[in-house]
Amino acid sequence: MSGSTLSVAMAVLRRVMIQTFKNPAIIIPSLAFPLVFLIAFAGGLSTVASVPGFSFKGGYTAFQFVFVFLQTGAFAGIFTGYRIAEDYESGFARRLLIAAPHARGIVLGFVLSGLARFALTGVILWGIALLAGMNVLGSPLQILAMWLLAALLCVASTLWVTGLAFRFQSVDIGSFMQTPVFILLFLAPVYVPLALLTGWLKVAASANPVTAILDASRGFISGEQTKVALAFALALGLAALMGLWAGLQLRRAQRGVA
Amino acid sequence: MSSAGQLALIGRRSVSRTFRQPVLVVPVILFPLVLLAVNAAGLASITELPGFPTDRYINFAIVVCFVQGALFAAITAGTELASDIQSGFTDRLALTPAKRWAVLAGATAGGASIAVFGSVVYLIIGLIFGVQIDTGVLGAVTLLALAIYTALAFAGIGAWLAVATGSPQAVQGVFPLLFVLLFLSTMNLPLDFIQKQWFRVIAEWNPLSFLIDGMRGLVIGGWDASTLLPAVAVATAIMFVTFAGAAHSLRKRVQRT
Repeated sequence: MSGSTLSVAMAVLRRVMIQTFKNPAIIIPSLAFPLVFLIAFAGGLSTVASVPGFSFKGGYTAFQFVFVFLQTGAFAGIFTGYRIAEDYESGFARRLLIAAPHARGIVLGFVLSGLARFALTGVILWGIALLAGMNVLGSPLQILAMWLLAALLCVASTLWVTGLAFRFQSVDIGSFMQTPVFILLFLAPVYVPLALLTGWLKVAASANPVTAILDASRGFISGEQTKVALAFALALGLAALMGLWAGLQLRRAQRGVA
Repeated sequence: MSSAGQLALIGRRSVSRTFRQPVLVVPVILFPLVLLAVNAAGLASITELPGFPTDRYINFAIVVCFVQGALFAAITAGTELASDIQSGFTDRLALTPAKRWAVLAGATAGGASIAVFGSVVYLIIGLIFGVQIDTGVLGAVTLLALAIYTALAFAGIGAWLAVATGSPQAVQGVFPLLFVLLFLSTMNLPLDFIQKQWFRVIAEWNPLSFLIDGMRGLVIGGWDASTLLPAVAVATAIMFVTFAGAAHSLRKRVQRT
């Protein structure tokens, strides 16, 4: 990676961060939604842990926290995508594409912005969950691995929405940015482990790459590692695939301003 | 022109304008059904708990669609009215002899009609996927009527927000709060099955729980005035408070204009 690409990326990151901190309304939705889900699922559905066959060492709060944490990673990327679409509406993105010496730096900058947002909301979410008495049985290294998996999901979702923003160049695409991610997340074993699912959802969850990532992350927090290699391979594969998509759309957008 | 005529004219404009935008209609219909599908399959095993009121979770969860659809519709109605305010249409309307209540009710008709349409769709889809309504055909009709009444009441929330703020963005910004209220209700479990005491207290006093439980009573368990009447009372209270608030805000807005 050239120094110029990195300098473009850092400029984009700096701009997004300034916008975010100047206007807290930008960061609130990406924090509010996971918190609502954590409260609703871990608080309201704790009875689910009494279902025959349910067993999770860390308790139901930790079981649900992992899902919400991964969701936080994915949605940090999506909310970053909204900013890119808004930049297109204001005309800033086109000027940026013309001015930046290395356009790949723009994509990298948005990915770094997504990760920065994720780091911020993730830390707050962890703080709230720990204050609420969540059990963490995994080692520091396992928790770090859990953060890495969520960060890879964040990278994948940021690249997905970046590609969409370059392609459609409008905020009207907002619901199309989040709906596939939302569906992918909810077609995983959200409320109970895969073994307790039945019918069509079990089939869908078994084929869903997020299931392995979710299972591995739950394994990390409970200190019982499972599907680690598969989860990292899938998360990296997803990020690489989305990188390819974003790259293709970037090239298309560059042709549009040339 | 009579007040009913004014309402019909403004309402027709709102309905046709809303239904011409698929982006306003499709999520209201689709999102509650997707959540129903996921919850009905994902939480199916919870019916194995002793004392759970039904052996099929879809019977328990179907009514959440109606309330969720009504919440979406409230935001749609509010956003459309706020757009009218922002573009100056409502101010121009206020200069005519049109009654204020007709302006408000008419302008929110688009959002409310989506909820009405959605309620019919949810019921049909639910029946196709095997929802059994213990109160029979009359119960299904009552359920639909209560759902529509709730949607009209919630349109008042959208109207009040729109007139008070005059900003579509501000109306949409309230959506997460309504979403929080829904998740802090008895949407996923009966009150007796909520283990966390703090959650149970919130759910018990949450107005949405009264609406959900009233509708749910018609699907599971049979006719029960102790759940049905509070639901009607809550919907009526929401309707009166919000439309009165919207009318007051509109009066102030017109005076300022």
